[in-house]
Amino acid sequence: MTSLLHRSAIVPLLFAGFAAVPFVATAIEQPFWISFFARILIYAIAASALNLALGYGGLVSFGHALFMGLGSYAVALPAFHGIASGWVHLALCIIASSLIALGVGAISLRTSGMAFIMITLAFAQMGYFLLVSLKQYGGDDGLPVAATSQFGSVDLGSTRPLYATALVVLALVTWWMAKLRAAPFGMALRGARQNARRINAIGLEARRLRLVAFVISGAICGMSGLLLANLNAFASPSSLAWTVSGELIVMVVLGGIGTVAGPVIGALVFLGLEEVLKGLTEHWMVIFGPLIVVMALVGRRGIVGLIDLWPRAPRAAAPAVLSEGGA
Amino acid sequence: MSSLQTEGLVKRYGALLVTDHVSLDIRAGELHAVIGPNGAGKTTLINQLSGELPADEGRIVFDGQDISALPVHQRARAGLLRSYQITSIFEEFSVTENAVLAALAAKRSAWRFWAPMLGDVVAREAAAAALTAAGLATHADALAGELAYGQRRQLELAMALTAQPKFLLLDEPMAGMSVQESAAVTTLLRGLKGRYTILLVEHDMDAVFALADRISVLVYGSVMFTGTPDEIRAHSEVRAVYLGEETA
Repeated sequence: MTSLLHRSAIVPLLFAGFAAVPFVATAIEQPFWISFFARILIYAIAASALNLALGYGGLVSFGHALFMGLGSYAVALPAFHGIASGWVHLALCIIASSLIALGVGAISLRTSGMAFIMITLAFAQMGYFLLVSLKQYGGDDGLPVAATSQFGSVDLGSTRPLYATALVVLALVTWWMAKLRAAPFGMALRGARQNARRINAIGLEARRLRLVAFVISGAICGMSGLLLANLNAFASPSSLAWTVSGELIVMVVLGGIGTVAGPVIGALVFLGLEEVLKGLTEHWMVIFGPLIVVMALVGRRGIVGLIDLWPRAPRAAAPAVLSEGGA
Repeated sequence: MSSLQTEGLVKRYGALLVTDHVSLDIRAGELHAVIGPNGAGKTTLINQLSGELPADEGRIVFDGQDISALPVHQRARAGLLRSYQITSIFEEFSVTENAVLAALAAKRSAWRFWAPMLGDVVAREAAAAALTAAGLATHADALAGELAYGQRRQLELAMALTAQPKFLLLDEPMAGMSVQESAAVTTLLRGLKGRYTILLVEHDMDAVFALADRISVLVYGSVMFTGTPDEIRAHSEVRAVYLGEETA
């Protein structure tokens, strides 16, 4: 543990860095950085939520943008009708995304593999077109958030409280995901991914484990949508677009599927690279695409998998690898 | 007292009758072997007993309760545990993690979302006991996916044992094992005998005749004869159909 570059230090370093962002941004007078990193934190929450279903559960959901969108509209719709209470927004967000996840999961989990991917995509598209058709709420132009979420005296509409909230939520989610990974439910869920037949044979029910994971995943993803709507002061059907679901999957895979730190690193690298490359050239996709392909080819466990290859602390016994341990 | 009974169990694949009105009566505490040539429908029979295949006709009664309509996990909770012919373990987990997960599942306490699974002392003790019984205690920390073939079979058994079953369905536990490995499993099963009711499907005739209290001979999906090992040896039709090669 002497070296700061040792992998067990990755998550604390990452969060220390996130915590420093507002202060650094203020010091160098680049307030844009705060909202940019807030976006990274929000996508990291969504990617961590997806990782519960995708990485732990092996459920390739191609429709998680649906839950981000639900979370966004759980702010925009009440606000449109003059309700600014953050508690109402939060309750609506959690209830709506859990219930929809329950329905979508109950139906989708009757299938597996390619059919599961297509059904989750289809549900997200249904949500997309439903919101586009709601002309009184802006239709495909989207809906400006008339009143951002007020939690007592805290207004998520201003950047700093939002940033702090997103950071705390991400920290709690990451902590829980680390605990959950080794807890009985997480082990059973990961076991069901490896061998569903055996999970049933020892007296558990693979489908029920997956459904619960899908609902938790959907609810957390919904919270990221709530934060996003406050950050942008805008909710749009485009946040439910299938490309968003795809980006979330890329973040998880890029960072390290099934690992705790992976989705956070994935969101940071994905959005960071996008921003940097956009500054370099208009045709940033030409560089970005191949980079993602290379990353997917190089490491089975993405960037976290590469960090695992990092020279270990000089000792005989190999410490638990990041992808397996609690980090 | 009978532990598990089947009454007129039938399974068809199209026109093919794979299980042909099988009626078995397995007494509590006995080790009952099912033998028969390849394609006789032994694994199909086990799959119907464990609940992985629905039977087309007939009833399965376990501990006096009709379980014909119960899904796999509910039969497992009722104490009907199985091992697989093709090894079925959690390859990315350690041997201990495999066994502890099985122990927790049996206690129905897998729905916990915070404290680490390996911190559950009771489940760890149950797992350790089962691993010792299965002869795997020395490999407790190994990754299941890196075990040798015979050891994987031992882990299968250990996982069924951690659940503290009433009834074990063992589908060819010695398939593909070396002579030494299958001798070790025979010793292990002899130790389990009497403590659990066991239905054993096995091709290794030495093991079957050494272990079984009673043997049922399955031919073309139907039970041709049920009897003690001595009766089976003496039965001319069984010898002709199945043991013929050995006596010729």
